Amino acid sequence: MALTYDLARAPDLSAFLRKDKDGSASLDLLVKGARCAACMSKIESAVTALPDVAAARLNLTEGRLSVRFTSPRGDAARVVAALDKLGYPATPFDPAKAAQAHDQESRRLILALAVAGFGAGNAMMFSVPVWAGLFGQELGPATRSIMLWLSAIVATPCAIYAGLPFFESAWRSLKAGKANMDVPISVGVILTLFISFVETFLNGRDAYFDAAVSLLFLLLIGRWLDHRLRARARSAAADLLALQAPAATVLGLDGLERVKPLSEVAVGERILVRPGERIPVDGFVEDGVSELDNALLTGETAPVDVRPGDTCRAGAVNLTGQLRILAIAKSEDSAVAAIARLVEAGAQNKSLYVRLADKAASVYVPVIHSVAALTFFGGLAFGLGPREALLRAVALLIITCPCALGLAVPAVQITASARLFRKGVLVKSGAALERLSEVDHVVFDKTGVLTEGRSRLIEAPAEALALAAPLARASAHPLARALAAEAGPGPRATEVVETAGQGVEGLVEGRSARLGRASFVGLEGVRGGETELWFAIQGETPIRFRFSDQLRADAAATVAELRALGLGVEILSGDLEGPVARAAQTLHIDHWRSGQSPQDKAAVIDALTAEGRKVLMVGDGLNDTAALAKAHAAMAPGAALDASQNAADLVFSGEALGAVADSIRVARAARSRALENFGFSALYNLGAIPLAMLGFVNPLIAALAMSGSSLVVTLNALRMHGAGKA
Amino acid sequence: MGIILILAPISMALGLAGLGAFWWTLRSGQYDDPAGDAARILIDDTDNRIS
Repeated sequence: MALTYDLARAPDLSAFLRKDKDGSASLDLLVKGARCAACMSKIESAVTALPDVAAARLNLTEGRLSVRFTSPRGDAARVVAALDKLGYPATPFDPAKAAQAHDQESRRLILALAVAGFGAGNAMMFSVPVWAGLFGQELGPATRSIMLWLSAIVATPCAIYAGLPFFESAWRSLKAGKANMDVPISVGVILTLFISFVETFLNGRDAYFDAAVSLLFLLLIGRWLDHRLRARARSAAADLLALQAPAATVLGLDGLERVKPLSEVAVGERILVRPGERIPVDGFVEDGVSELDNALLTGETAPVDVRPGDTCRAGAVNLTGQLRILAIAKSEDSAVAAIARLVEAGAQNKSLYVRLADKAASVYVPVIHSVAALTFFGGLAFGLGPREALLRAVALLIITCPCALGLAVPAVQITASARLFRKGVLVKSGAALERLSEVDHVVFDKTGVLTEGRSRLIEAPAEALALAAPLARASAHPLARALAAEAGPGPRATEVVETAGQGVEGLVEGRSARLGRASFVGLEGVRGGETELWFAIQGETPIRFRFSDQLRADAAATVAELRALGLGVEILSGDLEGPVARAAQTLHIDHWRSGQSPQDKAAVIDALTAEGRKVLMVGDGLNDTAALAKAHAAMAPGAALDASQNAADLVFSGEALGAVADSIRVARAARSRALENFGFSALYNLGAIPLAMLGFVNPLIAALAMSGSSLVVTLNALRMHGAGKA
Repeated sequence: MGIILILAPISMALGLAGLGAFWWTLRSGQYDDPAGDAARILIDDTDNRIS
C-alpha cells in the first residue's frame, strides 16, 4: 500500500527536531498502541522506508520511537502521518524534555550497586578464612595479615566508589546546616574503614572491610528502588505532558501552518484551533463560531457559545467549529497562572511533610550515636585500652546499621506501588503513599470524577432516535456523537451541511431534517437546564433529546466502601446546584457544595485541614488544581488536565472509581508493613547493642546480623503482594 | 599457602571481568528496553538470503 501524504495540509513540525552533532537531525515520538513484535517491525520498517530517514528504533517498554534523519531538515510531519496511517497515533516530544528522559542517575546507582556487590563478594572471600580463624582453626598471624590486606585492597576502592552517592548527599546536607540519614551512614563507613586499617597495621583480629561494603550494598538496593519509583512516575508524567499539551498550530504571515511547542507561542500570534482541540493560550476569537467546553476550567457541564470578539481561556476544549485566535498571553501567563500560584503555595506545604523514615532517623541517629560514644568513654572508664574501646564503639555502629531505615521503607513502597500500577494507579512518590495512608476525609469533584465526564443520552423516543441517528453520525459534535453511539452503526444522512455552533442538516429517508439547538429547528425562547439537542424532520414537530453526564458505574459502591474504611465523604463542585444535588442524592452524600471557584475549593480544603482532618482530594479540572495541591493527599483520573495530574500524588486510569478505595487500602497496608519493619529493627537493635557494648561482636557476627536483619525486613515487605485485597 | 597467591589474583581477575562485562552491558543500553528486546527476537528478517 502506498502511503498517501497530503503535503498541502500537513502542519510543519520542524520545531520538534533535535539537531545532532554530525549535522543530521533526530526526532523522538510517543507512539500509542504498540504492544507486540509485529507492531514493532511494522512501525520500524514503515518509518525506515520513508525518504530521508536513516534509522528508526522503537522502545517498546516506554513506547518511544527515535527517528534519525539523513539530513538536518527531516520531515517530521511525514513520519507522524505514516504512523497515523498504520493506526498508531504519535505525538512528538519537546526536544528539551526528550533530553532529560535519559536517566543518568539510575545508571550511576546501578553501577555503584554492582561495584558494591563485587566488593562485598570478593572481600568476603578473604574474610571467610579469618572468620574460620576465630574458631581456633589453624591460621597463623602472618596468613591472617595477608588475608586482611587483600580484603582491604578489594574493599576500600569499592567502598569509596559505592559510597559516593551517600558521601555527596551527606556533604550537601551538612553544608545546608542539617543532618540527614546519609550523615551517620557516611560517618559509619569512613570510621569503619579507618579502624579496620588501624587493626590491620597492628596485626589485630577485628577488621570490618567486608561489613563496610556490604552495608553500602544493602543501602544502595534501597536507594535504587526509591529512585526507580520516582523515575517511573516522572517518565509517565512526561508522556502525559507530551500527549496533552503538545503544541499549538500557529498561522504564519505567509499563510502556512506551523506546529510550535506551547512555550514558544508569542503574544500577537494567530492560532488555529480545530474542533476537538484544546485552546492553547488565552486569546480573542478572530474568526469562527463555536462552542467551548469549560468543564476542566470551571466544572460547568453546559458548553459556552463563542463568536468573533469573545475571549477564550487556555484549557477549554473547542467543540464544533474551527476558530482562529489571537494570542493575548504567553502559555505561562495564561489564566492558568493565578491557579499555578495557588498550586505552588500548596506544594510548599507538602514539602514540609516529614517522611516516615526521616521521623525514625531523627530518633535513631542521636540515640545510636550517644550509645556509641557512651561505649567508647565507658570502655575507657572501665579500664579497657583506647583501641579496644574504639573497636567496641565501631562494632556497635556497624551492627546497628540503619538498614531498616534505608531498605525497609523503599522495599515496602515499591511492592505497594507495583501492586497499584497493575491496577492502573500511578504512584508519584513514596511520600505520596505515606500521606495517603493517613487520610480520614475524602473530597470529590463531581464532573469527570464521580461522573464519566462526557454526556450520554438519557431520554429519547426510540423511533425518533432511529431517524436522528443518520444525521448524528455525520456530525463531529460531542452530543451528536453520544447520540450516534446510543443508536449503533447504520446509514449516514446525505447532503449534510454543518453550521458551527448551530447544528447539522441533511436528507434522511428523502426528507430534509435538522439536528441542533432549539433555535436551529425553529423554536424560539426554549432553553432547558440540561444539555440537549433538538431534532426536526420535515412535517413533524421537533423532538428533544436530553443528555446527562452519567455517574461512574461504581461510584455508589466506592462511596460506601470509603465509608466502611472510616472516611468522611464530601462533594465540592464548580457545577450548578441542580446536577450536584442530584449526584449527591444518588450517592447518599450529605455534605456537598456547588458553584465553587478554584479559590473557594482551596479555602474549603484549608478549613478542613484547620479542623484537624487529613483530606484526600480527588479532582480532575484546572479548578481543582489548587485544592489538589493543598490537600494532604491528592488523586486525579488519567483523563485529567496535565496541571491537575502534576498537582496530584496518584493518577488512576480506567473507568473504575474503585481505584480510590484500593489505593487507600494498599497505602494503609504499606504503612503498617513499614511500621512493623521499624518495630523489628528496634527489637533487633535492643538485643544487638548490649552484645556490642560487652565486646561479644566480631566481624562474623556483624556480617550475619546485618544481612539477616535486611533479609527479614525485605521478606516482610514482600508480604505486600497479597495485602490490601478487598 | 603458595597456591593462594596464584588463586586469589585469578579469582579477583574473574570478578573484575564480570564487573567490566556488566559495565559494558549498562553502557550499551541493554537494560533500556527489556520488553522490546524480548519481542525483537520474534521478528523475522525479511530478506531471506538462503533462497
